[in-house]
Amino acid sequence: MATLSTPTFDNSLLKDILPERKITWLERVLGPENYRIVKGLLKTPASIVGFILIGTFILIAVFAPAIAPPVTSDPYKIPRDGFSSKPQGIGTEWSKNVPDIPFWYTPLTGKTEWVHLMGTAQGQYDIFYGIIWGTRTAFRTGLMVVISTFIIGIIIGSISAFYGGLVDNIIMRIVDVFMTMPFIMMALIMAAVLTPVLGRSLLPSILALISFGWMGYARIIRGDILSIKERDYTLAARVVGVRDSRILFRHILPNAIFPTLVLASLAIGDVVLSFAALSFLGIGTEIGYADWGQVLSFARNWITSLNDYWYIVVWPGFTLVLFVMGWNLVGDALRDVLDPRMRGKS
Amino acid sequence: MINYIIRRLLLVPVLLFGVTLIVFGMLQLLGPVERSALYVRDFPRNENQIAGIIKKYGFDKPFYVQYWRWLTGTQDPATGTRQGGILYGDFGYSRTGSQPVIDMIKDRFPNTLDLAIWTVVPMLAVGIWLGVQAAVHQNGFVDQAARIFSIIGTSFPTFVFGLLVLMLFYAQLHWFAPGKMSDWVNQLVYSGAFHQYTKLLSIDALLNGRLDVFWDALRHMVLPILTLSYISWATFVRVTRSSMLETLRMDYVVTARAKGVKERDVIHKHAQPNAMIPIITLAGFSVVGLLGGVVITETVFNYPGIGQAAATAAQQLDVVTVLGFAIFTGAILILSNLIVDVLYALIDPRVRLD
Repeated sequence: MATLSTPTFDNSLLKDILPERKITWLERVLGPENYRIVKGLLKTPASIVGFILIGTFILIAVFAPAIAPPVTSDPYKIPRDGFSSKPQGIGTEWSKNVPDIPFWYTPLTGKTEWVHLMGTAQGQYDIFYGIIWGTRTAFRTGLMVVISTFIIGIIIGSISAFYGGLVDNIIMRIVDVFMTMPFIMMALIMAAVLTPVLGRSLLPSILALISFGWMGYARIIRGDILSIKERDYTLAARVVGVRDSRILFRHILPNAIFPTLVLASLAIGDVVLSFAALSFLGIGTEIGYADWGQVLSFARNWITSLNDYWYIVVWPGFTLVLFVMGWNLVGDALRDVLDPRMRGKS
Repeated sequence: MINYIIRRLLLVPVLLFGVTLIVFGMLQLLGPVERSALYVRDFPRNENQIAGIIKKYGFDKPFYVQYWRWLTGTQDPATGTRQGGILYGDFGYSRTGSQPVIDMIKDRFPNTLDLAIWTVVPMLAVGIWLGVQAAVHQNGFVDQAARIFSIIGTSFPTFVFGLLVLMLFYAQLHWFAPGKMSDWVNQLVYSGAFHQYTKLLSIDALLNGRLDVFWDALRHMVLPILTLSYISWATFVRVTRSSMLETLRMDYVVTARAKGVKERDVIHKHAQPNAMIPIITLAGFSVVGLLGGVVITETVFNYPGIGQAAATAAQQLDVVTVLGFAIFTGAILILSNLIVDVLYALIDPRVRLD
């Protein structure tokens, strides 16, 4: 019997028509659809600006001890230059409680006296210090809330989508109830209830934001799972008799999770904004904690003379705006990439 | 259609039940001792007294027993008088407001409503107009400007924007003021000469024929209105733009153009009405959101609505007041969402004729 020879194709002719496409390791790891999302994000100018902003804030957070050296053992306590209530302007000299002069200051300005670079708020809290260390607070709270809400959303959404029927219906009604409640008001209330139990710290606000922030992810992952549940490979796995949990964790979730993951990671901006709003309203951390909302809330007592003390609003305000904008720019580009009408256009 | 409305109506009690459950669940985060402290004005030092209160109000009973008691209160078998029970409108006594929570809500809600009414028009008109312009001149100057504007808008926290606006227009220019009314209006309103028909200051001023009072009310609302609208414009521009773009590509629009309809009529008469459907939903939810009390804006501008009251109560850890407001806003939102959904069904032929 003649052995079957492997059929060979001459691809060289095709090369002229279809240029050979190199598949990078990233594409291999992520798969073509997810790779398209990442590539789309890296190609849009707006999202590049966003990434640069986010990167700058990460650097500030990492090098906070070098940029603004702490005075006490708890670096998240903003150092106070005395206790006088009247805010001091930009460039006024530190007189009490002077921290070490950071390495970059003397070479850059030629001065040897450490000043309040951005002025002080009432109670002589140094605004510059609050902004630098507030960046760390922002990332800490943002990451904690986003990771927790993401996990909760994924669990609830997958249960809902995978079992369907009555389970799905009940879970989605619960989601509806949570979504009806006004977010900031409920977070505010939850944090207020938790504060006497947990004491003044980051925790009440973080838990409050988690409690009322998971619903969006549950809905999105539910939708994605519902569509992947009907794909051929899932049906094939079911036919072969694979266990429920294995189908969910090996076949469905890895394929459904990526868009939700990206959305969640970009939600850090919004979470930080809500957190700042809560501490602006006076909920959560104790007074003087390095946190942007906290610094901004100092301005509330100086409404009538804000034109004199503009630096209490402008510096922390623009820091917060730039931070949120960084995430929004990337998020905006992501929305375009994820839009099904745009699919196959890049 | 009738079917849809009935199904939607049946959902209301479910949602209301859910809201009370969430609020009561939050109350349960406090231990029995802490909760007993909520019910007495002066915290008793005496251990036995706390134990007595816990026993009297049943704070150690199972969850569902406490929940039922919280909903319906208790009835004195001898006199028939009822005590407590949120279903009967007893939300407890507010420590921060020094009055029953329900009276506090009655005082504050008209102010929130007043602000909401005046915010609706600028919020919708400017947002939708900008969105339509951006879609019609896609990738043109207006579109790019609207896009940048909407990214900046979504990134600007309400309180930062509010503080900046106050800095400029109040502290620097003295054009507008925070608060609800000037002192002379305050004296006038409570003097008896000013009849309060609706409790909405701006409307009452018109009904009383006092244009000066009306101006004063409006002057105090301009900055909050600007802040609230600015934040929503960003969303409206985006939604309107994408909805408009999608509609403009539809075959019937192409047909209209092909048969020589004027471009302005194509945009405003043919495309815009259909493009408005998703925007109406968004508009509904935005208005409902305004009714739910705009906590941050009201606080920044010291405007005495329910949002500001809730924020003050939360700041001073007045749990009773805060939970009362939670139930109230939850109920308001559920009912107004119902109205929005029904209106939406009436407008959208796809739902109406289903």
